[in-house]
Amino acid sequence: MALLEVDDLSVVFTRKGEQPVVAVDGVSFDVDPGQTVGLVGESGCGKSVTALAIMGLLPRRGVRVSGSVRFDGTELLGLPAAAMRDRRGRDLGMVFQDPLSSLNPVVPIGLQITEVLERHRRTPRKKAMVQAGDLLTRVGIPDPRRRLDEYPHQLSGGMRQRALIAMALACRPKLLLADEPTTALDVTIQAQILALLAELVRAGDTDLGDTDLGDTALVMITHDLGVVAGLCDEVNVLYGGRVVERGPRHPLFAAPHHPYTVGLLASVPRLDGPRGQRLSPIRGSVSDNIPWTSGCAFAPRCPNVLGACTSVTPEMEFGPDERLLRCHNPVPAPQEVRA
Amino acid sequence: MSDVLVDVDGLKVHFPIKRGIVHDRTVGYVYAVDGVDLAIRRGETYGLVGESGCGKSTLGRAVLRLSEPTAGRVVFDGTDLAQLSGEPLRRMRRRMQMVFQDPLSSLDPRQSVQSLLVEGLRAHELDRGAEATAARLRELLDVVGLPANALRRYPHEFSGGQRQRIGIARALTVEPDLIVADEPVSALDVSVQAQVLNLLEDLQAQFGLTYLVIAHDLAVVRHIADRVGVMYLGGIVEEADADALYTEPRHPYTRALLSAIPVPDPEVEDRREQILLTGDLPSPAAPPSGCRFHTRCPWRQPSRCDTERPPLREIRPGHRVACHYAEDIAAGRITAPTGLSASRG
Ligand SMILES: Nc1ncnc2c1ncn2[C@@H]1O[C@H](COP(=O)(O)OP(=O)(O)OP(=O)(O)O)[C@@H](O)[C@H]1O
Ligand SMILES: Nc1ncnc2c1ncn2[C@@H]1O[C@H](COP(=O)(O)OP(=O)(O)OP(=O)(O)O)[C@@H](O)[C@H]1O
Ligand code: SF4
Ligand SMILES: [Mg+2]
Ligand SMILES: [Mg+2]
Repeated sequence: MALLEVDDLSVVFTRKGEQPVVAVDGVSFDVDPGQTVGLVGESGCGKSVTALAIMGLLPRRGVRVSGSVRFDGTELLGLPAAAMRDRRGRDLGMVFQDPLSSLNPVVPIGLQITEVLERHRRTPRKKAMVQAGDLLTRVGIPDPRRRLDEYPHQLSGGMRQRALIAMALACRPKLLLADEPTTALDVTIQAQILALLAELVRAGDTDLGDTDLGDTALVMITHDLGVVAGLCDEVNVLYGGRVVERGPRHPLFAAPHHPYTVGLLASVPRLDGPRGQRLSPIRGSVSDNIPWTSGCAFAPRCPNVLGACTSVTPEMEFGPDERLLRCHNPVPAPQEVRA
Repeated sequence: MSDVLVDVDGLKVHFPIKRGIVHDRTVGYVYAVDGVDLAIRRGETYGLVGESGCGKSTLGRAVLRLSEPTAGRVVFDGTDLAQLSGEPLRRMRRRMQMVFQDPLSSLDPRQSVQSLLVEGLRAHELDRGAEATAARLRELLDVVGLPANALRRYPHEFSGGQRQRIGIARALTVEPDLIVADEPVSALDVSVQAQVLNLLEDLQAQFGLTYLVIAHDLAVVRHIADRVGVMYLGGIVEEADADALYTEPRHPYTRALLSAIPVPDPEVEDRREQILLTGDLPSPAAPPSGCRFHTRCPWRQPSRCDTERPPLREIRPGHRVACHYAEDIAAGRITAPTGLSASRG
């Protein structure tokens, strides 16, 4: 059984006097213990709202959530607030893009970590302080004893993100959700944080002692295809609130089959590619999307569009190479083109 | 006519840090740009990269004389901008325009596209009657790929990519020679960035524009630029042709920066050797002595690195590096301690 099973998750924001906003429109994916799963897509495709729905962090009012989020066999949607809070501290950790907004500005870093340990693990204060120091060392914060007494604003952006990761990991969660954890950071600092995350979730190749995570699963949310290519076992490409393509990273990047994935990869300049080649952008923008209920949301921008695309909603089905796809006219594999 | 359009010489921009309520005491300086020499040739694209706060935008603004240099000079088409004021400065300004990162915040939301574009023409007395102006506007919309009915609409009615097109059209109204584009695509969706990059390339070919493109995304800069300057803490540490910079980076910082960038290809990712820098970027208000990079440099030598600032020197034609030991590092005579580089496999 998968650790996390997200099935047909939908989130609709309803505000009086305004059109409802369908932020997530039937997202499904699984995460196995120890697995790193990527959710990749452009701004507004529903990545953060998906993460917030899983964590039970959406506002209670003005939001309609449907579908199912099962964690370790338990349905999380509709769980009482207290039970969810308990889960969140113990089994589910989350790291956000902007660490400042998720750290308490008036509480020293050390106390923020020990609070988590005291509440969810019933660790006595003294022991928790020692563990907090170990955790800061573990995430690569130099001089951790001094840092424990410091406030978030006294840390650099990269160090804050490390502190937040330390907090999320304090209770050794089974699942860590990271929503654009490096987007606000410089690329050399991003490299440090990604290396840290990769090392933390890598199953049992080193003995990490008390902070060993063994088979912590990681859900990595990002718009950066490069980050996904290096880190994720399984990749979900989102478009307009739905997963449109899913597969293991090697075959998916070698032969993407959804026209959107293909277009996305062709439109980013590659650092290691030949220079002087013209980029092939995807035409239009997300504002051209049609609703999923009347066909494929990507149809107005899609070079492969068929008549059916604007009248029949494509289902998630196995396409070429046994790839899961939501598309009426997938892009064939490169060798099939040659044949 | 010299082939250099913009010549930047010993440029410094220091911002005073003030304290005190009654007496504004200057307690220090932010050394945002601290001694930059560079030349931009006519018709080329010069790319400026570097991490947040290294001084890219300040340099770009100083080139346009939107910020006052503390020292040094900017010579535009043979004229030292500091010598100009009033009408001659205004006329010179027409020839250099800026395109900003966030198209929405740089466009007045209450102005229609038409009035945004006409404003530029008026400011430089380029509106020659209603008919000529209307024709010019249609032409502008056409070259940036916006529909003719865009004129009556307002910025918020457009997508991010379209707004960036409006920003570019506005820069083009006055027929500039130089466009400084500060992070022109970083606020845009990935799939839309390519549209704007292609547009910039087309316009350059069509109008013979010279570009200074500022961006933190090295893949973007490598794609669009002919030559690239890498900035670190207020100074240029390496400058080379775009190809040479990426195939043969010679400054330790450039090497680390290039090695840190994820590539959307798992095959490459599994093999990518990373030079992981330890520590954070020092503050530009208290830059390290000697080589500004010495606090994070894996190749740092005890002899000169922390005392002597390495000048930007030419190590072969067209390739300049500010590192005392660039040749020794390239030849393998100086090696970084092991454990600093990590493979991701
Ligand atoms: N509280 C809210 N009320 C109304 N609409 C919302 C709310 N939060 C998000 N949305 C909308 O839901 C959609 C999905 O938003 P979400 O934040 O999940 O996108 P994202 O994929 O995380 O994008 P980004 O890459 O920009 O972070 C967007 O159209 C957004 O405008
Ligand atoms: N008007 C100002 N007054 C004081 N300090 C300033 C001013 N403008 C910029 N700075 C400081 O100068 C330094 C360089 O800033 P600049 O905006 O040029 O960096 P940048 O390379 O463009 O960074 P980013 O990639 O984040 O845009 C920063 O430390 C910044 O805080
Ligand atoms: S001069 Fe020294 S510290 Fe600076 S980059 Fe070169 S080796 Fe490193
Ligand atoms: Mg988001
Ligand atoms: Mg800037």
